[in-house]
Amino acid sequence: MKQRYVYMLAALLTVIGLSVFYYKWQVLGFPLTANQETPVWTIESAITFDSGPGSIKVQLHVPTLTPGFRMLNENSVSRGYGFSLNYGSGGRQAQWAIRRADGEQTIYYRISVYEDDSVDQSDTTPPFPPLPVINEPLKTAVDVLVSDVRDHSADTASFTTELLRRVNDPSPDPNVELLLAGVDSSADFVGVITTILASARIPARMVRGFPLSGRQRSASLAAWLEVHDGDQWLYYNPTTGEERLPERFLVWWRGNEPLLSVEGGSNVEVGFAIQENHLDAVAIAETQAAQRGTFAVDFSLYSLPIQTQAVYSVLLMIPIGALIMVVMRNFVGIDAFGTFMPVLIALAFRETKLLWGVILFTTLVALGLSIRFLLDRARLLLVPRLSAVLIVVVILMLFISLVSHRMGMETGLSVALFPMVIIAMTIERMSVVWEERGAVDALRAGLGSLVVAVAAYIAMGMHWLEHLVFTFPEMLLLVLALVILAGRYTGYRLTELRRFKALSTD
Amino acid sequence: MFAAANKLRESGVLGLNERNADYIMRLNPRRLYPLVDDKVLTKKLALKAGMAVPDLYGVIAHQGEVRKFAEIVRDHDSFVIKPARGSGGDGILVVTGRGKRKRDNYRLSSGLFVSEGEILHHISNTVGGQYSLSGNPDKALIEYCVHFDPIFAEVSFQGVPDIRVIVYRGYPVMAMVRLPTRASDGKANLHQGAVGAGVDLGTGETLTGVLGNDVVEEHPDTGALVEGLKIPMWDFILESSARGYDVTGLGYLGVDMVIDRDRGPLILEMNARPGLNIQIANGSGLAHRISRIEDLYDASAGPAERAALARREFPAAVEHQTSLF
Repeated sequence: MKQRYVYMLAALLTVIGLSVFYYKWQVLGFPLTANQETPVWTIESAITFDSGPGSIKVQLHVPTLTPGFRMLNENSVSRGYGFSLNYGSGGRQAQWAIRRADGEQTIYYRISVYEDDSVDQSDTTPPFPPLPVINEPLKTAVDVLVSDVRDHSADTASFTTELLRRVNDPSPDPNVELLLAGVDSSADFVGVITTILASARIPARMVRGFPLSGRQRSASLAAWLEVHDGDQWLYYNPTTGEERLPERFLVWWRGNEPLLSVEGGSNVEVGFAIQENHLDAVAIAETQAAQRGTFAVDFSLYSLPIQTQAVYSVLLMIPIGALIMVVMRNFVGIDAFGTFMPVLIALAFRETKLLWGVILFTTLVALGLSIRFLLDRARLLLVPRLSAVLIVVVILMLFISLVSHRMGMETGLSVALFPMVIIAMTIERMSVVWEERGAVDALRAGLGSLVVAVAAYIAMGMHWLEHLVFTFPEMLLLVLALVILAGRYTGYRLTELRRFKALSTD
Repeated sequence: MFAAANKLRESGVLGLNERNADYIMRLNPRRLYPLVDDKVLTKKLALKAGMAVPDLYGVIAHQGEVRKFAEIVRDHDSFVIKPARGSGGDGILVVTGRGKRKRDNYRLSSGLFVSEGEILHHISNTVGGQYSLSGNPDKALIEYCVHFDPIFAEVSFQGVPDIRVIVYRGYPVMAMVRLPTRASDGKANLHQGAVGAGVDLGTGETLTGVLGNDVVEEHPDTGALVEGLKIPMWDFILESSARGYDVTGLGYLGVDMVIDRDRGPLILEMNARPGLNIQIANGSGLAHRISRIEDLYDASAGPAERAALARREFPAAVEHQTSLF
């Protein structure tokens, strides 16, 4: 009964711990290892214009649906302008407005995105486009071309590929030549193609954006073709007919509408600059969790003040140290003074580093013990004697710090980090054992404490583990489950195999 | 490693984890601990149940009472001072006599003389809690010093040899004699270097001894053979141990007894967490005997019946018996 209860409890804790962990890891993208960085691109569009006499209204298309990318944040810098985001036919539009402005105006819009393959084209299925109104003789050219291409294709995708092949033919047929006459930009080119596709009742639209790579002071927009095949949107390179988006292509806006409109201003110019940064993956996951409004971010340790975070990154390792204690005591069977004394010593080792920690600890205990033996002759009562030992420990720590500072060894200063009360109790306990059981027992238990402390130090000093526990504090539930299971371990301890060796059946 | 563990499992050796989790935690409810942790209380309970215990001369419970010491021992030349909540024999002072000229000089079992001041300091420490498990304030008992039966004289170096019986749910399952050595400073504690010798529950005869984890045939100080000593009044000892269960209610109990020259077997103390070295001393594991008791358990059996069952069921292993002849 008891056994089953323990297993159920451990299983419950494990399931809770692991599922929260899995959610944060897989869904929110919290990184498993420390210092994992994700490239983040910041695209800044700067709009400059001379203000007219009246009110000014600026509208700019901004990214809405961005396959392959997720938005980290966006902001605008504009002095005195009212800012709003609206949805238009081409996606989101940023709008700035002001009643009066003087001289040259500059408005910045900035967006940061990072790659996320899980972001898909999630646009709705569009209706069939209306037949475009085209004047003769272009109408005939379009009709002939459409029927010709239809004869050479089976479905929307092959129709588009065939059409793109024809319009990009170096020696085009006269109809294509006629349609492309006067086209002088890639946007116009894609515009013509969408018109032709519309005549064939195929939903298509122009997509504009940037291939993101490194740092670009003035990036230019590329035009891409987007065609709906009845199920999903397909992306075509309008000049090669290749059916895919370029690597790291950030879609800025869709449709034939202009990027920017400025009412009440002149000499409008817009420029894009792209900057690649590397941000801590944790920060990105945090932002994402916040956008999703999940509980994970409210209870994340990263939301605490930095100083508190530093404290907790240490405190969260104490359960790991306790787990090591359990293993050393109940599975290995090492004698040590005080239940958690070795863990606290291991905490101090974190600051002093191992070698110095062991040297300082041994020195402190050895000196404390010898003074304790001197005190023994004075026959003090228990509590005053303990206090005396404590005071001696503090004085010794001070002494060691001063001497090592004189000798130019700054590590000696960190002796102050040792938990002095614990050390005083250890010295007292050790001296009693020494008297009662002899030096061998006392030294063995002392050495045992040191061994456990070193083991705990090594476990608690593993950076990946520290990161893991700090980023996923639910891991502590797993540690708890392990400790609970260990609490019902009734097998032999490692040292007992030796102790009872004489009894084993041969 | 696993092979070694399996061998131990086969021979029924009980490990610390198993003892703690399966026996002590299950059979020894925490609320009963004070009955055995406080020796004054244990003594009262044992007396009430009609068991023989060393006479209590006095109890010193507060620092202010320490000076009552001289008055308590005025009529006694030998006595024992022990902490009420001590463990592992720590803090026990055995006074065997007084100085011929100065009556406030006391001879310890080691033969050394100490002044009354030193003894008072020891009592202060005891009352202050130096020897109690948790370091809490404690009481000091001053009681009759056992004049031990000569049966063990040859195999003890000073101190008082005692008999430890493990009682499982009222049934004695294993016993050993603990013989003080020079190394153990007269204390009958195996951790401190005393020799432990298993006891044939059937006959009350000692088996070979162990020192630390090694088997020994002779006492390291006296050189006398440890094996083959017949413990007197063995029936009575087993029955008294079995009665310890009725007094304390502890299902996994260690009963410590001494044999006094004049007064016979006396209960010294009882222990809710008896150690496992008794297995080494007996060359045998506890687990098999415990499961045998589980099979034969009879809630209505009295102490005498339970002791008789133990005699019948747990004679020494065959090889030990043949080696006697």
